[in-house]
Amino acid sequence: MNNEKLEKIIDSSRTDQKELIHILHDVQSEYGYIPPEAVTAISRRLKVSESEIFGVLTFYNAFSLTPKGEHVMTVCMGTACHVRGGPQIVEDIERKLDVKVGETTADNKFTLETVNCIGCCAIGPVVVVDEKYYSNITLNKIDPIINEYKEDKS
Amino acid sequence: MEKISHPNQLLEWKSDVIANRPPYVKTIVISSGTCGQASGSLPVIEALEQELLKRNLKNKFEVKITGCHGFCEMEPNLIIYPDGIFYKKLKPKDVPKIVEETLLNNKIIPSLVFEEARTKERIYEQEEIPFYKKQKRLLTENNFKIDPTKIEDYVALDGYQALSKVLFNMTSEEVIEDIISSGLRGRGGAGFPAGKKWEICYREESQEKYIICNADEGDPGAYMDRSLLEGNPHSVIEGMTIGAYAIGASEGFIYVRGEYPLAVRHVTNAINQAREKGFLGTSIMGSEFQFDIQVIEGAGAFVSGEETSLMASIEGRRAFPRQRPPYPAQKGLWDKPTNINNVETWANIAPIIRNGAEWYAGIGTKGSKGTKIFSLVGKINNTGLVEVPMGITLKEIIYDIGGGIKDNKKFKAVQTGGPSGGCIPAEKLNLPIDYDTLAKAGSIMGSGGMIVMDESTCMVDIAKYFLTFTQEESCGKCVPCRIGTRQLFEILNRITQGRGEEGDIKKLKSLAKTVSSGSLCALGQTAPNPILTTLKYFLEEYEIHIKEKSCPALVCKDLIIYYIEPKKCVGCLLCLKSCPVDAISGERKKLHVIDHDLCIKCGACLEVCPPKVSAVSKYTGTKKEKLMKKTSPKRVKK
Ligand SMILES: Cc1cc2nc3c(=O)[nH]c(=O)nc-3n(C[C@H](O)[C@H](O)[C@H](O)COP(=O)(O)O)c2cc1C
Repeated sequence: MNNEKLEKIIDSSRTDQKELIHILHDVQSEYGYIPPEAVTAISRRLKVSESEIFGVLTFYNAFSLTPKGEHVMTVCMGTACHVRGGPQIVEDIERKLDVKVGETTADNKFTLETVNCIGCCAIGPVVVVDEKYYSNITLNKIDPIINEYKEDKS
Repeated sequence: MEKISHPNQLLEWKSDVIANRPPYVKTIVISSGTCGQASGSLPVIEALEQELLKRNLKNKFEVKITGCHGFCEMEPNLIIYPDGIFYKKLKPKDVPKIVEETLLNNKIIPSLVFEEARTKERIYEQEEIPFYKKQKRLLTENNFKIDPTKIEDYVALDGYQALSKVLFNMTSEEVIEDIISSGLRGRGGAGFPAGKKWEICYREESQEKYIICNADEGDPGAYMDRSLLEGNPHSVIEGMTIGAYAIGASEGFIYVRGEYPLAVRHVTNAINQAREKGFLGTSIMGSEFQFDIQVIEGAGAFVSGEETSLMASIEGRRAFPRQRPPYPAQKGLWDKPTNINNVETWANIAPIIRNGAEWYAGIGTKGSKGTKIFSLVGKINNTGLVEVPMGITLKEIIYDIGGGIKDNKKFKAVQTGGPSGGCIPAEKLNLPIDYDTLAKAGSIMGSGGMIVMDESTCMVDIAKYFLTFTQEESCGKCVPCRIGTRQLFEILNRITQGRGEEGDIKKLKSLAKTVSSGSLCALGQTAPNPILTTLKYFLEEYEIHIKEKSCPALVCKDLIIYYIEPKKCVGCLLCLKSCPVDAISGERKKLHVIDHDLCIKCGACLEVCPPKVSAVSKYTGTKKEKLMKKTSPKRVKK
């Protein structure tokens, strides 16, 4: 872990508990998860107990205690996606990547997640990979999406 | 940029903005909100810019990139002004043709024109398209005219003039009086009169007071708040600043759902512009009033949309709701008086101040004034955001604006109010929609999600869907909500799996009562609504699931089979190849057969079977049993 970066994230913020969620957002986007060392450091800076910080970070879906894969594949589970077949899509991706929702593939390529709604209900079911949206997903569109990221060597 | 320090300067600025517009021949407005971008608007914009540059036409034609136009089904789309020509579902390859034929030669390209799904009529003018024609777009109309990254566009449409009027010509009491007599009710769910809420907060004595804009929009299937923030962020900022002046607050927060990155970007940018121009900060527009706004990103918890939880979240804590009273207006953020309203509520403020309370009170029904934006989604032809006057009937929304049900299927129900709401059946299509009529029908207005369902939607499955949601999102503070929603879910789950028992319906009803009466916040109080309304209107469907172990809508996986019709199968191997578990056997030009023991019911075979052939069907109940017996012995092992 790069401590300089962490120092910077914590230092650039003020020292009040109201900064806690901002700091966690910054740590999450810098490291892809919240490393335990970060919790200790934040606790010292904000003078908020570690247990309180764990309470907060496990409460919200945006924070994760384990690192994520290279690509995060998110399937929308909103109502509109649901009535248009969203559940079938998740199951199929689970089968194809051989992971359950929330898990990361063995080769660390993908983490599979779901989201309650991304508000793109007209084009559901929707799958988002990192920041790219894939719309009107049907079962036969899943393999091509997975392959697009498997092949890329970045 | 120079700050505006006098009301007259705002008027001058507006005239300057309009006078200094280059003399474009036409303006091409491209919708590029999140939906638009997800459907591919960015490559279309890129292609258009390139084409105009290449042909040296950039000084003749203006390209304006705006937020959502509401007609999500037709994204990416554009409108060419002054003619108002609407082109839909664009691809970059359409661009050269548009430039050549429509921009330069005023010819319409029929293949890009909207076609009404039922009548097949082609309509090229945006305003004439039925989807738009029956709407009353008080708040969303400006999404066509505003580039949300440019404050000038907002100012050109009288932006910040309501703020100017308030700061220099009205007292706090007068502002509050206007909002009260306009009849505006909160758009975030409960429909509390906005002016009354402001008045309570105004009366509290405190050095510090806060204003909050609730943009958490957690309700799945609703996205009007996102569209307003993305497409017209200054309207929300102006509304909040007026509210701050009325109650005497100097600090404000916009709490935006973290899943809305574009909305966060646009609103942050707009706040910076407003500060630079002197609409936020100290001495606003040269007056003595000061106010500033901070954007807070949510972190993904549905309950944080509840007002007391939201405040806990801003304070950097877990989003647990707390007992009310004291209401936020008395004791809110850091225990100071706080006025919280929804995005759409805030967006209504400036138009009310500008046009007067009477004008506003003239729109809508007796108890519900103004317009409401609904997200019309699900099994409907014209999916999108629709803004309609209160009191319009469901039928008008679904058939006239929405163009009817997809694939000519039969309308079954519409779900409003998200996880706190309920399903309204076909018998109630003539219901005029407002806060009170929806509540009477057992549902709620909620934030405006309107999910249309057809005959292929199972109502037990829908109830299960919402309970899956609420039991996951229950914060766990109140036991009846934490454990009760879980148990409600388990019962529904059993029913959909064919393990329903006599007495389940009674159990659901009594547990529903416990959950709603024993929970602190509306999450728990309303969590049983999706079950109660489906029981009220679709009891028979529950009974069939429980007694006959069958799912008439052919949705519940454990109660159906996929079956290949011997008379229709042409033996093309498509389904066989698509099956992820090799449950289909057969040879080219010979009948294919599904092994029901291996089949996981993923639906891949049904999806790939060519529409001309349509040999794959779903069956439930006794027919299913019969077919399973019939096909089992003949099974061919691979
Ligand atoms: C579980 C739950 C979630 C809520 N989510 C939202 C939301 O996402 N947006 C919103 O404006 N109001 C939401 N509300 C309603 C707020 O508590 C509050 O009533 C509203 O922000 C008040 O604004 P209004 O008077 O302008 O409607 C939610 C309420 C509950 C119980």
